[in-house]
Amino acid sequence: MIAYIVRRLLYAIPILIGVNLLTFVLFFVVNSPDDMARMHLGEKRVTTEAIQNWKAERGYDRPLLYNAEADGIARVTETIVFQKSIKLFVFHFGSSDAGRDIGYDISQRMWPSLAIALPVLVIGLVFNISYALLIVFFRATYLDWGSVVLLVAMMSISGLFYIIGGQFLIGKLWHLVPISGYDPGLNAWKFLILPVMIGVISGIGAGTRWYRTLFLEEISRDYVRTARAKGLSEQVVLFRHVLRNALIPILTGVVVVLPLLFMGSLITESFFGIPGLGSYTIDAISNQDFAIVRAMVFLGAVLYIIGLILTDISYTLVDPRVRLG
Amino acid sequence: MSESLPEPLPESQAEPLLQITELTTILGNPAQPLRVVDGLTLTLDRGETVALLGESGCGKSLTALSLMRLLPDSGRIVAGSVRLAGTELLTLTEAEMRQVRGGQLAMIFQEPQTALNPVLTVGTQIGEAVRLYQGAASEAVRSRVLTLLRAVGIPAPVQRLTEYPHQLSGGMKQRIMMAMALAGDPQVLIADEPTTALDVTIQAQVLRLLKSVQAKSGLAMLLITHDLGVVAETAERLAVMYAGQLVETAPVAAFFAQPLHPYSRSLLASLPDANQRSGRLLVIPGRVPPLDAQLSGCRFVERCPNAEPRCHQEHPAWRTLADGRGVRCHRVDELSIHPAPPLVVASANTTVDSAPTPAPAAITPETPTPAAEVQVPLLTMRGLQVHFPIYRGLLRRIVGHVRAVDGISLDLYAGRTLALVGESGCGKTTVGKGLLQLVPPTGGSVRYRGQELIGLSHRRLRAFRKDLQIVFQDPFASMNPRMVVGDIIGEGLHALRILPKRADRLRRVAELLELVGLDPEAINRYPHEFSGGQRQRLCIARALALDPRIIVCDEPTSALDVSVQAQILNLLKDLQEQLGLAYLFITHDLSVVPYLAHKVAVMYLGRVVEHGPVDEVLDDPRHPYTKALLSAVPVIDPTRRRQVIQLDGDMPSPRQPPSGCHFHPRCPEVMAICRHHYPVETRLGTKRRVCCHAVAAGLTD
Repeated sequence: MIAYIVRRLLYAIPILIGVNLLTFVLFFVVNSPDDMARMHLGEKRVTTEAIQNWKAERGYDRPLLYNAEADGIARVTETIVFQKSIKLFVFHFGSSDAGRDIGYDISQRMWPSLAIALPVLVIGLVFNISYALLIVFFRATYLDWGSVVLLVAMMSISGLFYIIGGQFLIGKLWHLVPISGYDPGLNAWKFLILPVMIGVISGIGAGTRWYRTLFLEEISRDYVRTARAKGLSEQVVLFRHVLRNALIPILTGVVVVLPLLFMGSLITESFFGIPGLGSYTIDAISNQDFAIVRAMVFLGAVLYIIGLILTDISYTLVDPRVRLG
Repeated sequence: MSESLPEPLPESQAEPLLQITELTTILGNPAQPLRVVDGLTLTLDRGETVALLGESGCGKSLTALSLMRLLPDSGRIVAGSVRLAGTELLTLTEAEMRQVRGGQLAMIFQEPQTALNPVLTVGTQIGEAVRLYQGAASEAVRSRVLTLLRAVGIPAPVQRLTEYPHQLSGGMKQRIMMAMALAGDPQVLIADEPTTALDVTIQAQVLRLLKSVQAKSGLAMLLITHDLGVVAETAERLAVMYAGQLVETAPVAAFFAQPLHPYSRSLLASLPDANQRSGRLLVIPGRVPPLDAQLSGCRFVERCPNAEPRCHQEHPAWRTLADGRGVRCHRVDELSIHPAPPLVVASANTTVDSAPTPAPAAITPETPTPAAEVQVPLLTMRGLQVHFPIYRGLLRRIVGHVRAVDGISLDLYAGRTLALVGESGCGKTTVGKGLLQLVPPTGGSVRYRGQELIGLSHRRLRAFRKDLQIVFQDPFASMNPRMVVGDIIGEGLHALRILPKRADRLRRVAELLELVGLDPEAINRYPHEFSGGQRQRLCIARALALDPRIIVCDEPTSALDVSVQAQILNLLKDLQEQLGLAYLFITHDLSVVPYLAHKVAVMYLGRVVEHGPVDEVLDDPRHPYTKALLSAVPVIDPTRRRQVIQLDGDMPSPRQPPSGCHFHPRCPEVMAICRHHYPVETRLGTKRRVCCHAVAAGLTD
C-alpha cells in the first residue's frame, strides 16, 4: 500500500506541472501582462510609461521564459515563468495585484470557509443518512412515496432560492440572526448559523434521494436475504448489514471532497459576506486579480489530488475486498 | 387405484414435521398477479430428504421463500397453511416468525458468492446467528462458532474466523452458509440449489456433508434442485413442480423406475446419458405457459405428447395412487399401463414456438466428406501457453505469472468434436480464447491449415476470423441488447465486408435463422424478446454466419435448463453433420460429453492430464483426477453408481501451482516422485495420452 501511495504521489507531479503550464499559458501568453496593466489602469489613454510602472511594481516586467540580460542562474530565475509559476510548487504564492501577500490571506481566510463547510458536510451527512434509512425502513408506504416527491421538489429548486428565502424569512422578517456579515472569534456563531442551515437544506433533496437509492439497491441483495433467514430483526439487518455496505460509496464520496472544504463555497460566502476563500476567489475574479486566481486554481488542483488519494486509502479501510497494489 | 383430493398422503397418522397444504403465492401487481405457487401440498418428516424438482421459473425457489415468509416485496401468500411441528406459520406475527427462521426453519441459498455479506468477517456472520439463540457471552459464542465450522468440515477454523467471504473458495463459502443455517439447531433445512454454482467434485463434498449432518441431527431437508442426478443420490422422496403446481410426488426409486406424469418422463428422457452416446436426445417442445393467464386445462397440455381433448378443457385433479404416489394427469391410468409412451423426437428444426421450417438446404457444405479429411487435422495446437503477468511494487515490476494455460497440445478435425473438460479455474476458457487469438498466447503454436496464427498482426488475422468462431456461455450477456437480431447475426458479414449491402445480409440472416430452427421473422426483434434456448440459437447463428470451419463452444448449455439443453445439443450435432464443422466443446459437465464429443481432453490447472477417445476415457479413466471427476457426477441409475472418490480441498491457485505433479496434494494415489517431478506424457495405445507417474509405472490396476 505504501508503494501504491508513493506511486500516486509521483503521478501527481506531471498533473500539477500540466495545471501550472495551462494556467501560465492562459494568464501570461493569451492574456499578456500588457493587457493586464491596461485593464487595471483603464482601457483608454494609458501611457506606455504607466504600463511599464504597473508591470515593474508587480514583477511582470521580466521576460517570459529566458532572461538574456541577467547572469548565471538568474537567467532562468529572473523570469515570469519562474517567479510566478514555478514558485507555486513550494506554495510561494507571491503578492496579489493589489499588493497583499496571497499566502497570508489564504491562511487567514480558510478558517471562516471551514467554519461553514465542515458543519454543512457533517450535519448534512447525518441528516441525509438518517432520513434515507427512515424512508427505506418504511419502503413502499405513503411515507416513502411522499418523501420522494418532497425530495425531488427540493432538488429542483435552485440553491439561490434557499439563500434568498432564508435571508428574507429568518434574517429580515423574524430578525433571529443577522442577514450577512462576519465577526471573528466566538461571536461568529450567529453569522454562521444561517448559512450552515441553508447549506444543509439545499443539499437534502439530492443527497437523501441518492442515499435512498443506495440503500434500496443494497437491501435487495442476496446477503440481506441470508441475514433475514437467520432470524435477524429488520433493525439489525438495516444497521449491521445494509448500512455497512451502502456506506462504502457514501464515505468515499465524502472523503474526496474533504480537502476541498478549505476552498469554501463561492456562492454562499459571497451572499452572506463571509470573508472565506470562496468569496476571496469571487472577488479576485471580479477585480481581474489574476495572481489570486492562479494561486487558487493551483491550490484547488493540489487539494483535489490529495482528496483522490485519500479516497483510495479510505476504500481499503472500509472494504476488505479492496487492496492497493 | 383410488381417487382422493387434495391430500397426497391420506394414510399419514401422526402429523408430519412440516405440513404444507394448498399453499398459494402470487407475485406482481394485484390486477394481473402471477400465481407462482398454486395449491402446493407437501409433507416432510423428521430425518427425511424431499427433493423439489423443476426447471427454472416453475416456482421452486418461491415455494421456499414462501415457507420462510421471505418473499420479495411484490409477493404475497394468498391461501393455504404451513404447519411446522404443529404450529401454523402463516398466522404468526413477524416477530414470532423471526424466532422460527434460523431457529426451527433454516435455509441455504444457491449462490454462495453473493449470499454472504462481503464486508463482515465469517466469524461475525456466523456469530450473529449463534447469538440469537444462545445469549451474548462472547466466549460461548466463539466456541459455538468454532464447533459449527468444524461440523461443516472447514480446515483451520480459528484462522477462518477473521477472514472475509472473498478470501474463501465457492465450496468453502457454501460450508459457511451451512454453518450459519445450523447455528440455531433447526428442525427443517431448506436447501435451494445448494450445489448448482459448484464444480462436481466440490458438489460431491457438499452433498456428502449435508447427508452426514442430517444423519447426526435428524433434521428434515427440503432439497430444491433441477438436477435429477442430485435427486437420485440424496433424496428419499421427490416432488416434481411444473408451472407453479405439483405434478407428481413419489419415492425416488419408484420415480426413476417409472415416472408417471408425461412431464416427468420427458424430463428424464431429455437427459444426455451414457446410454445415449449415439442418436438424438428427446426434447420437450414448447415452453412453460405464462402464469398470469387463466389456464383452464392441464398446464402441460401444449407440450404433452399424450394430450387428448379433455386435457385442453379440464384441469386435472390431484390423484393419489394406491402405492402412495401422487400425480396430476387425466390419463395416468392408461399411460402407466403403457410405460413407454411415444415421445416426440424433435429434430433440430422443429422446436420451441417457432414455425416448422423446411429442411435446411439453405447452406451447402463446401467441405469434402469428413472421412477424407479426418486424417489431416484442421487445426493443431502445440504447447499453447497463456501466462498473465502479476505486477507488484513501486515500479510495477513483474513478480510472477498466473499460468492460466501452460502447455496444451490438441488437434481439431473437420466434422469431429473435441471436448475440453475441467473444473472452474482450470483454464479451459482461456484455451478457447487463446486458440481464437482473443487473448494473445505467450508461447506455443496454433496452426490452422498449416498457417501459424500466433503472432499474426490484427490485420492478417482478419482473414482467419471468418473460419474460427465462438459460441459463448451466457446467451443473456453475449449479445448487444440494443441491436436487432438481424444486425447482431449479420455484424460479422459486415465487418469482414463479405456482404456489404444490408439487404443481402438480411437475406443471409434469414437463411441462418431457419438453419438454427428459428422463425426468420425474428430478424427485427431484440434479444430480450427470446427465451434462453432461443438466444443460444441466435448465438449459434451468429457464429455460423461467416461459414466457419471451427467453432469453439464455451459451455453453451450450462446456463440452460435440461430440456432446452437437449435442443441445443441436438442442434449442434445436426449442424456438425450437415456442415462438417469442427467443435472445441468446452464444458464442466461430463454428462454432455459422450453425447456430442468424439475425443475428450481433461484439464487440471492449465494442463491436459488425460486425452483420448470419449468411450475409452469415460469407461476406463486412468488419471486419478479423471477418475475422481467421473465418480463425482451424480448418477440416476443406482446399479451404475460408483463409489465417489472424494477429493479434499480445492484446486490450487495457478499463480503458484504445487511442485511436481499439480494434482499431487489432492491425489488419492500419490507417490513420492509426484511431489518433485511433473509426469511426462504416457501413451496408451495409439490414441490415448495420460500424464501420471502411477500410470507410467504401470501401477494402476
